[in-house]
Amino acid sequence: MFATALIVFRESLEAALFVGIVAAATRGLAGRGSWLAGGIFAGVIGALALAAGADKIGALADGIGQDLVNVGILTAALAMLAWHCIWVSTHGKEMSQEARQLGSSVRAGQRTPRALMIAVALAVLREGAETVLFVAGLTTGTASSGIEMVSAVLLGLAGGVALGALIYFGLSRVKPHNLFAVTNAFILVLAAAIASQLARALAQSGLVDLWSSAVWDTSKLLPSESPVGVLLHALAGYDARPSGLQLVFYVGTLLVVGLATREVRRRQQHGHPQAEALRPRAL
Amino acid sequence: MNLLSTSGRALRVAVGAAALLACGIALAEPEATLVIKNHRFDPAELKVPAGQRVKLTVHNQDATPEEFESHKLNREKVVPPGAKVVVYIGPLTKGSYEFWGEYNEATAKGVVIAE
Repeated sequence: MFATALIVFRESLEAALFVGIVAAATRGLAGRGSWLAGGIFAGVIGALALAAGADKIGALADGIGQDLVNVGILTAALAMLAWHCIWVSTHGKEMSQEARQLGSSVRAGQRTPRALMIAVALAVLREGAETVLFVAGLTTGTASSGIEMVSAVLLGLAGGVALGALIYFGLSRVKPHNLFAVTNAFILVLAAAIASQLARALAQSGLVDLWSSAVWDTSKLLPSESPVGVLLHALAGYDARPSGLQLVFYVGTLLVVGLATREVRRRQQHGHPQAEALRPRAL
Repeated sequence: MNLLSTSGRALRVAVGAAALLACGIALAEPEATLVIKNHRFDPAELKVPAGQRVKLTVHNQDATPEEFESHKLNREKVVPPGAKVVVYIGPLTKGSYEFWGEYNEATAKGVVIAE
């Protein structure tokens, strides 16, 4: 039973941490609760559908169908997070000003969460599908009793949710005027981690054959399967043996999002008409 | 504009070259097969050439799903019951690379040996 709970915990960890960070990043925004719940719900429905079609998807495209689906999900999630990072960091000042004035930045809530909510749905979808498949396998394969199985699954899920809650409450202690900067840094690193996973999926499926060898090996120093390794993998994309392409994707994401943010800021300062229109109540 | 079209051309050339390269490698690519049965891998010790990308086919003959996972190979992929999935691994340096089935870790264990 404990082994089952542990697997469910590991599978749900990434999505739970992600939801925790997004919840902290959107604290005080109008309608956050329903957006978040909607994202999670859509992700769960998607995960059930994906798991139900796993046999068919797996056999597609000569056995790489699952990777193709993964590549699509990761690309979409990366785009959402990158867009959010650029948007928030160019409006963070106004948002935090309003947050201080009103105790919440309601206005920003009209625009920001959408990209994040789609990203939440995608994270739940990807991690959830694996959990559903595993649990479905349990019901057909093993002799363990139903009650034991259900409690193991719930225990694992509770563990994941507890860690998500922990990071949420941890981030909630950050002072309001720093909150956007801090959560945005977390989300930028998550975007880079997703880019690295995308590079791995491309290599695993054979779609890309470039810089596939491991660049370094820290598996003795910090094994990927150790608790710290697992946590760092979920939060920052840690891999003990990353390929060259993974590194390029990781660093490339940090650079591209960073430079794009600077460019948008520069245009705002030079009174670019489009940027000006986006700027609420500049004076 | 000029800059854009130049970089566009460069991109096309790069993509074309990468595609050619991929095809060239695909022709001479070594392949290997792993079978999952009764929550065990067969062979449990799989020899592959070092320094080359290997096309690994994993065939799950059990009635339950399995997840092929290896931190050392940096790979993880679900294999539905009865399915054959493909996982490209490497190029690997000489050495041994443990892998396991995440859903049945007690029995599903194996190692890739690159030589």
